[in-house]
Amino acid sequence: MELPLRVVLREDGSADPELDPGLDDEALRILFRKMALLRALDEKGLNLQRAGRIGFYIGATGQEAAEIGSGFALEEGDWVFPSYRDQGVALLQGYPLSELIGQLFGNSSDVTKGRQMPNHWCDRAARVVSVSSPVATQLPQAVGTAYAAKLRGEKIAVIGYFGDGGSSTGEFHAAMNFAGVFRTPNVFFCSNNRYAISLPVARQTAAASIAAKAAAYGIPGVRVDGNDVLAVFRVTRDALERARAGEGPTLIEALTYRIGSHSTSDDATRYRPAEEVEAWRGKDPIKRFAAHLKQRGLLDDPEEKAVFEEAREEVRRTVAVCEAAPPVPPESLVEDVYAEMPWHLEEQREWTRMPEKR
Amino acid sequence: MATMTLVQAIHDALGEEMERDPRIVLLGEDIGKNGGVFRATEGLWERFGAERVIDTPLAEAGIVGMAIGMALDGLRPVAEIQFADFIYPAFDQIVSELAKFRYRSAGQFTAPVVIRAPSGGGIKGGHYHSQSPEAYFIHTAGLNVVMPSTPADAKGLLASAMRDPDPVIFLEPKALYRTAKGEVPDAGSAVPLGKARIVRKGSDVTVVTYGATVRVAEEAAAQAEGEGTAVEVIDLRTLWPMDIEAVIGSVEKTGRAVVLHEAPRTCGFGAELAALIQEKAFLHLKAPVARVTGFDTPFPYALEKLYLPDARRTRNAIAAALSF
Repeated sequence: MELPLRVVLREDGSADPELDPGLDDEALRILFRKMALLRALDEKGLNLQRAGRIGFYIGATGQEAAEIGSGFALEEGDWVFPSYRDQGVALLQGYPLSELIGQLFGNSSDVTKGRQMPNHWCDRAARVVSVSSPVATQLPQAVGTAYAAKLRGEKIAVIGYFGDGGSSTGEFHAAMNFAGVFRTPNVFFCSNNRYAISLPVARQTAAASIAAKAAAYGIPGVRVDGNDVLAVFRVTRDALERARAGEGPTLIEALTYRIGSHSTSDDATRYRPAEEVEAWRGKDPIKRFAAHLKQRGLLDDPEEKAVFEEAREEVRRTVAVCEAAPPVPPESLVEDVYAEMPWHLEEQREWTRMPEKR
Repeated sequence: MATMTLVQAIHDALGEEMERDPRIVLLGEDIGKNGGVFRATEGLWERFGAERVIDTPLAEAGIVGMAIGMALDGLRPVAEIQFADFIYPAFDQIVSELAKFRYRSAGQFTAPVVIRAPSGGGIKGGHYHSQSPEAYFIHTAGLNVVMPSTPADAKGLLASAMRDPDPVIFLEPKALYRTAKGEVPDAGSAVPLGKARIVRKGSDVTVVTYGATVRVAEEAAAQAEGEGTAVEVIDLRTLWPMDIEAVIGSVEKTGRAVVLHEAPRTCGFGAELAALIQEKAFLHLKAPVARVTGFDTPFPYALEKLYLPDARRTRNAIAAALSF
């Protein structure tokens, strides 16, 4: 069974009037600026890691349409259960850039006290849940939060992000199955970027698509061009509305491509032909959207340049502030394990104060 | 006060707390209409409805993952894992998710989930219905691990677990579900977490235990009394974070300690107890800390009685400590 691929932005830069979500000019400009910000963040993150100023970075280059298109469809009150590559969604939901960059440095500018490696952030106020490294563990959790909202009669939706690799896990299965059975207000958003570290999608599934798996759980599956920000926005908005209206969960598969390596610790040239990457560079989602905006008269070349320059400057400024912050205090090592510190951690806190006695 | 079995006390704690706190929901396999395979939730589905007493699909990682998500947004879920032996599919959700939300988010997110699981042997259940997995969870930073041995404690500790701001692994000694009967205080009497119970006082040797082996210790202590040995028995109740003062205070008095549990010996909780006792009470010790435990084998079916620590083995350990 082949599900149709939803596309809005055509090759010539025009939009399919049937599927065009009808965003106003200001919204379109915001989408573009956020995509540029995400790209600028990636450029800086990679450079900071290569220069040894942060330990690690995971980029979303090439996936900006999937990130920003889906994130822009979320409303206040919705919950996000992200994977480690979804910083764009977090920023759209109100996670401050300064906190995101502070988290990369893991010093006292990190509101989570340097507890996790880079790209493992969270923001309770924005309802963006703490990122975990094991993939897809967040999906059954997203079902529980959606169940809680449904139980209280709240008209919100809960979106869970994952990748093509995540679709192989038991947790993906459990979450789809639970969400189907309980008809929870969930959207499961798969950024199919074609690779789970080195393994291509063919090593994750023999199914025709990841979206096709939805049928087995009795929920709708949608395939969308993940490099088309308007199409991604459209299908995500529709699925979120469906969830909020009590019509149950949806599985969305956004077909995109990871231009960079899995992370700064990975070297994708070991397993991917250069021609393949080059071909996808030609399908850059930001350039594609820029062409559309230009056709609409909302952008020209100098403005495009200025948007990128502004984004880079914002990132640069924020990095300068965060990097200058002092390290996390040693005593914080034993905080937040429990609400109240038990005796054994009180003991161990003393060791952080007197390292010679450890 | 009413006299009831341990499983009835669990049932009453669930019902009373659900009345008190509308945020409490139960979820698990067969807990609704069927009332749970041990009947711990009998009648609660009828009383509180299918939305709060939730029969889930058969997937432990899904159950615990779902419970975490509920707790992140203000519910107080109590998940039932049908047997502790079936908890391993949810191990990642417990160890790397449930236990870590507070720490990894620096307190922004918390997951106050109670996971109830019938634990231990003595019911001819073989390997997959008899295990004692407490050491895995004690070893995991961020969890409370609790195991009652009396109906009163089962009710009071479970009530406290459901009010605690942190996750609790609540292991229920299934061998005692119907064999342990006792008086249970009426509604609202919680037993605090982190406090041990002195089951019986004695001055010659301390037996530290919990769960189903508390009665083994009592039996051994009663026999030893006939030979003029006064055994102090401590029921930890909360395994972790444990009541260190109760244990060290007792060992400082008696100078001898026997730790007793069903779980396998190597890296069992008894190893940690022995280490703590020698670290904190070394100069009071008159004999090495002895361990009476299960064997380092899979839990057996036919040889269950041999595997489980009994009064005879406990008395031998007591005698060895006294004659050292």
